[in-house]
Order: sequence, then structure tokens, then C-alpha cells
Amino acid sequence: MRLVLRGITKRFGSVVANESISLTVEPGEIHCLLGENGAGKSTLMNVLYGLYKADEGEIELDGEVQHFTGPGDAMAAGIGMVHQHFMLIPVFTVAENVMLGNESTGFAGTLDLDASRERVTEISERFGFHVDPDALVEDLPVGVQQRVEIIKALSRDAELLVFDEPTAVLTPQETDELMEIMRQLKEAGKAIVFITHKLREVRAVADRITVIRLGKVVGEADPKASNVELASMMVGRPVELVVHKDAPTLGADALVVKDLRVVDLAGHKQVDGLSFTIRAGEVLAVAGVQGNGQTELTEALLGLQDDVSGSIVLDGIELVGRSTRKILDSGVGFIPEDRQVDGLVPQFTIAENLMLNRSFKSPFVKSGNLRIGALREFAEVKLKEYDVRARDIDSLAGNLSGGNQQKVVVARELSRDLRLLVAAQPTRGVDVGSIEFIHKQIVATRDSGIPVLVVSTELDEVVALADRIMVLYRGQVVGIVPADTPRETLGLMMTGERPKDLKDVVA
Amino acid sequence: MSTVTTPTPAESGGLAPDPAVVARKGSGAKKLPIIFGVISALLAIVLLRSGHTGDTTFQLSAETDFVTLPDIVVPSMLTAWLMVLVCVALTAESVRRMLAHTPQPIWIPIAFALAWMTGFLSWAAADERIRVVSLFAGAVALAIPLIFGALGGVLGERAGVVNIAIDGQLLFGAFAAAIAASTTGSPWAGLVAAAVAGALVALVLGLFAITYLVDQVIVGVVLNVLVIGLTNFLFRQVLTPNAQTLNAPEGFNRLPIPILGEIPLVGPIFFRQTALVYVLYAVVALVAFGLYRTRWGLRVRAVGEHPKAADTVGIKVNLTRYRTILLAGAIAGMGGAYYTLVSVNQFNRELTSGAGYIALAAVIFGKWDPIRATLAALLFGFATNLGGVLSAIGSPVPTQFMLMLPYLVTIFAVAGLVGRSRPPAAVGIPYQQQ
Repeated sequence: MRLVLRGITKRFGSVVANESISLTVEPGEIHCLLGENGAGKSTLMNVLYGLYKADEGEIELDGEVQHFTGPGDAMAAGIGMVHQHFMLIPVFTVAENVMLGNESTGFAGTLDLDASRERVTEISERFGFHVDPDALVEDLPVGVQQRVEIIKALSRDAELLVFDEPTAVLTPQETDELMEIMRQLKEAGKAIVFITHKLREVRAVADRITVIRLGKVVGEADPKASNVELASMMVGRPVELVVHKDAPTLGADALVVKDLRVVDLAGHKQVDGLSFTIRAGEVLAVAGVQGNGQTELTEALLGLQDDVSGSIVLDGIELVGRSTRKILDSGVGFIPEDRQVDGLVPQFTIAENLMLNRSFKSPFVKSGNLRIGALREFAEVKLKEYDVRARDIDSLAGNLSGGNQQKVVVARELSRDLRLLVAAQPTRGVDVGSIEFIHKQIVATRDSGIPVLVVSTELDEVVALADRIMVLYRGQVVGIVPADTPRETLGLMMTGERPKDLKDVVA
Repeated sequence: MSTVTTPTPAESGGLAPDPAVVARKGSGAKKLPIIFGVISALLAIVLLRSGHTGDTTFQLSAETDFVTLPDIVVPSMLTAWLMVLVCVALTAESVRRMLAHTPQPIWIPIAFALAWMTGFLSWAAADERIRVVSLFAGAVALAIPLIFGALGGVLGERAGVVNIAIDGQLLFGAFAAAIAASTTGSPWAGLVAAAVAGALVALVLGLFAITYLVDQVIVGVVLNVLVIGLTNFLFRQVLTPNAQTLNAPEGFNRLPIPILGEIPLVGPIFFRQTALVYVLYAVVALVAFGLYRTRWGLRVRAVGEHPKAADTVGIKVNLTRYRTILLAGAIAGMGGAYYTLVSVNQFNRELTSGAGYIALAAVIFGKWDPIRATLAALLFGFATNLGGVLSAIGSPVPTQFMLMLPYLVTIFAVAGLVGRSRPPAAVGIPYQQQ
């Protein structure tokens, strides 16, 4: 099916999310939409899918102009969408999810589950998906859930498939598998739109690339173009993709973790006997597929977990058993993995968010009262220093873009006297420009002699920042390896396998 | 896509089980043995403090039965103590399972409840006669409005709308049924009017909760109070002066079913009831079947779990919610007819006395499942009837305590026994589309 978008414009109030975007997608082609977070890619696809109504422009499928009033129309016309946040119902089985909205029924509207099971099995076998139609979706790994989304689209005979940031939640292995699936679908003659901001993936599968910036098409790019060329087009200025850092100047052992165990509320061991050391002026990056104990590790360091045993010694002081406030006061800075939940109060202003970890004593509080003058002065300075793009310090944190929100968190955490920085997923959902900035700040922290623990599920980020890499699998250390370890080896270690000739490095 | 307000269970980490739910599962295992221990001890203390002599008669058949089962006569105290032993044994088994981390099967609480109840009744009705059939038949009758109400609650919440207004729907249903049955002389017209009245209350709930995005709990509570005020006003101004023409409804008569009604024990309990009860059986079956086996039910559940996902496959979320909540209101309204067409045969102010809230408890105790909620409502009906029966035979338990019984059971059941329960993920959250 051939898709033509002509002059699509979509406004939200005074904000123009898409400005006169035109695009053609041919059958049997993977067309990449490349752009930063907030460039308007998802908005465009939601217009295509009937979730939003375009203010101007038209959608044409195989030469016919379409007038979608909702996703139902788009699906009927042969458009299938694999959403960034899966549109699956966790407590339903695969078969139920696939049939929802398109149910085959018997007498008096009774569900014909067998028909749906058959459909799932048939599609699943055709593309080698290995999906059990009777499994509950919530019990499936994320990668398999995504295949259920694909099956859902294919079961409705979709000829055009839209993948909206599909790799954001996948492991490197799952990403490779998805790329293979996309190639197969292309072979089967489907037209594919692939939305992403990850350059490696674009270059791996794209037949054509359209780059979008600030709601406008800035041009087509050659799939053979270099990463730097693509990134510069995406951001609109030359960017550095490599983090420049000198060899570390190592000090004494600063953070010593011994035999750390964390048991969660359900009684499962999430961190199981971790021991490692970070020296002053060193970045230890933790690699691993999400859910292998990273969250619990960082929370244990901050005193946010209840059932912790073992020892965490920072500059000679035992942290296990201390309250979170005492741990913060002893100089631990924390960039939490989900800024929306743990990093910021979205309904507070930037200034208020900047004092969240110092809400008891000076400089911002004096005998129980806020020192608003001091806070405002501080906030003004940090806004400039950290290049937070906001109207002023009274803007609500919730209204900022992801990158600017994260800069507020980083500014708050780095503007105290630190003895340890814990950064969990420091650049998740952050635009390329801000990533560059935040990485520089982390390296600067390390260069000032502070030990840094970085947790990231993005292998690129781990490799870029690390002096040493610790790979976690099911709460245990697979190995602690040098930063120049090949990606393949790291990828293998992330599945829990330890290469035979591997030697741990001690800093 | 931030313009759509929905819960996103799949924020980056995939659809992991809710940690809060898992946590409750962890602590739930200890609850059962503790509760068992406490109430076993309670029974033992009662027996020690006030012993009785004599025998207790359990009468298993009504006098009119075709097949008559013999009465069972047992020595009161001996039986009671025997049952305490059984309770202690079951508690020990439950403790063993807790320590061994094996699951607690459903037969343990059931056996425990039976043993405890038998022991308690032998003691309370020493030298008296317990009519087992009428104890249970009465429980079924008293549970009718609760079951209707609970079904209304289950339906609403499964579609994502908290139906706190059950009590208002019951009360308004009762009111409408009284007037319609009085003016037409037909209880069936009364039943239809009750359904319409319940749906009307639900429509107001839907208007505020779905269209105007007002907090559903607040709207529900306000609606309950509004209906109380409205019916009180109309009762005084309209019904009382015209009591003969407007508040003398033709009720449902007892309608035994020929063959089924003659089955020993089961027959008199379930099949010698009024037509309203048979309607209820059909409604329970239809709701349970519809919710799990039909396209309609799949869509209702989808809308209550993840409305955005439902929207992306072309299901009209708010329309589905409206239709479901109207149906839920109609069902709850039919429960109100029980008061004016079966139980009292005339409307009185606030005659539901908060039954809607007990129905709501049954929804939670029943884990948002129509069959389980029905069983929960039956349990509350039983507790209510037990209080009445024991007061009537003049048992040593103070009447005030017996009146508290259903509410105590509610608190125990909802707080103590509902181990792991997971409400529909999107319940109480309005869906807004760009």
C-alpha cells in the first residue's frame, strides 16, 4: 500500500506540532522518520492513525484520500500501529488482546476464542514469533509483548505498519530480532514507517530516511550517511556523539559495597550478593537488561529499600541502616531513573524543585521558614548555568520537555558538596543536545574527584561514560570489565553468560 | 500523546505486576491463621463463660416438604466443644501451610466457617430448634437487594466507573417500584419502573463522572444523599397524603417451582421464593456469562482496564462506559424493588438503610467478579438473617450485637479475608480524548 501525506499541519493551541509535513511511503519499503523527542513524529503518526485530527492537509492511501474519524477507520483502511507504550491489556490473554475490537463471534455475541487462537498461531508461525495465544500478556517479556502488538496489526490485514519508537524498551538482542522481523515484513510487501531517534537502528534497516525537526521536514537523508551527519541534521547544528574524557585520575577507594542483598516486598532477592568498589574520580557504569536489580541497587544506596543486608561504606561511613535524609546529608547525589516519579514534583516550579533535597536547613530554610529570596537567586543562577530552556524559574517543572526536566534534576543534585553521585538512566527520553550536556556534567563530576555510579540500559551510554563496566544479571555481578570491552561480549554478559577467558578488572 | 489522560501500565518497563498487589499477597498469607485463631478463641471463651445444658435440634425440612428429612438432635455443649476442636485443627492446618509457604486452599475457610457456625448455633440455641431451611431461605431473600446492588457495582467498576451510587439506585428503585406497582396494580410494572429509576441515577452519575470528569467517588456519595433527600421530600409531600393510591403496591407473591421446589434442603431454600429471586438468578447468570464469554463483556473489561488500548482498536470508550453504567444502574434499581414489592410492601424513608454500601463491600470482597460478589452478598444476607433468627428464639446473645453482625462480617471479610485482589486498572479514572 502506498501512503502519501500532503501538507499535514497539526496545532495544539498556539503550539505547532506538525507544520505542513509531506511524506510518501512505498510498499516493500522501510521508511525511517528520524527526529529528536518532541520533534513531532508521534503527533504525525497519531494523525495518520486517526487519534488526532489534522488541522490542514490530507492523507492518501493508494491514491484515495482518507477521512479518518478514529483509529477504527485507520485500521479498516489497512494501517497498523505498534505503539511506543503498548496498547495491550495486561490481564487479557494474547488471543483476547488480538481479537479485541475485531472479535469473531458465535451465537448471541459469544466470543469465538478458537478463531483468534488460530489466527495468532498462524501469524506467529509465518514470521517465527513463538507466541503462545493463551499466555497472559502481563506475564510475557517486553519483547514478546511487542510481537503481540505486531500480530494484532497483522491480524487485521494491515498493509502499512507504523513502529513508534519500538526499541526504547528492548534489549540489544531483542532489538536485533525486531530488525529482522521488520525486514521480513518488508519482504512480504508491507510498507513500514519506523519512528526513532537512534541512529544505529536507522542505518541498519532504513531504505529511506526523512528527518523531522521542530515539527517540520528538514530533508531526506541517505541511509549510508554517517552518524554525525544524521545527528547534525536531527539537531540542526553540529553535535559531538563521542564523550570526550581524559584518563581518570584515581584516588583512594571511596565507595566500598560488600555482599549487598536486597529483598523486595514480595520476598524476591533482587540484589544478590553484590560486591564492588568505586575509587574517587572514577565512573563505574552498570550495564544490564532492565529489571536485573539495577533499580534496587541504586535505591539501596539511597536508603530507599527496606530489606537490605550487607554493607555500603562511603568514605568510611556505613550507609546501610541510615535514613535517606542522612544519606543525602552525607553527600550522596541521586539522579533517579524516572524523573517524573522520583526526580521532580511536576506541579512545583523549577525553583521549588531545585530545593527538594535541601528542604530542612540552610541555605533555603531558616527556623522553619522558606528563604524565598535566596532560593530565587540560586534558581536564576542554575537556570543559566545548566541551560534549562524555560520561560523563567516560576515555570512548572511538569511543563518542561524531558531534556530540560532532567537538567533541573542534574542541576539540583550537582549543586551540593558531593562525595558520591548515583545516576540512574541519566539520559532516558532526553534529546541529543541535552544528552551531550548531561554527559559532560557527569564527566566533570568525575574529574573533580568524586566517585560516580552510572546505571544505564543503553549500551552506548555505558561505554561512553564508563571507566569500568559492571554487568548485572538477576541481581548478581556477571563481571566487572574494562570500558573497551567489545559490545558483543557485553551483550552476551547481559544474558548472564560469562566468557571463559574473562578477567575482572580491579581499579 | 500526553494529551490523553489514561493510566499507562506499560511505562517503559513493560507490563510488570503492580508491586503493591504483590506486597499484599505477601502479607495476606498470615491473615487467615490469625483470624481463625482469634475467632476460635472467641467461641471457646463464650462457651467457658456461659455454659448451657440440654440439646439442640437442627430441623432440616419444612413441615410441608414432600420428602421429609429427620430432625437432628445433638447435645449442645458437647457439639459446641467438638466444633471448637475442629476449628482449632483447621487453624493448625492453616498455620502449617503458612509456615511451609504453601497456598491456603478455599476449602479451609469454608470448612472453618461451617464448623464454627455449627458450634455457635448449638450453643446459642440450646434447648431450642434451629430451622436450617428457613435460616438459609431467609438469607437468600435478604441477600436479594445486596446481590442486585453488587452486580450493578461489578458492572460499573469493570467498565472503569466507580459506582458508589448503588445505595441511591436501590432507594430510587424502591421508590419508583412502589408508585408504579400501586398505580398499575402489577408488580412487574413496578420492577420495570425500578430498573428505569436506577438507570436514571446512573445516568446522572455518568454525566458527571464520564462527560464532566468529576471525581467519581464524590459524585456517587452526593447522589446517594441527593436521592435520600429527594425521596424523603416526595414521601412526605406526595406519598403520605395519597398512601392508598400511590404507596400500596401489589407485591410479588411466593411462587414455588413445581419439581425443583421439592428437592430436600435445596428446594425450599432456592426454589420456593418470589419471582424477583428467579429474575435474580437469570441476571447473575447473564452478567457472569456476558462479562467473560461475549464480545460485549470483552469490550467492557477492556475499557475498564486500559481505555486507551480499547480506543486504539476502535472501541468507543465513553459510549461503552455509558451503556454499561446505565445497565448497572438498572440492575441495582431492580434490587430496590425487593423492599417495596417483597419485603415491606410500602415505601418508607431511607428504607435501604445503607444496603448499597454493603453491596459495595460485596463487590470488593467478591474481587469484581459477578459470581464471587453474589456469594459475598449471600454471606452478608446470612449474617443479617442469623441475627434475626437468634433474636427470635431468645438466644443469650444481646440483640444489639446481632444487629451489628452483618456489619462486623463486612469489616472482617473485606479487611481480613480478601487476600490478593486487583481492581480494574482504570477504575475511577475518566477517559479524555484529544
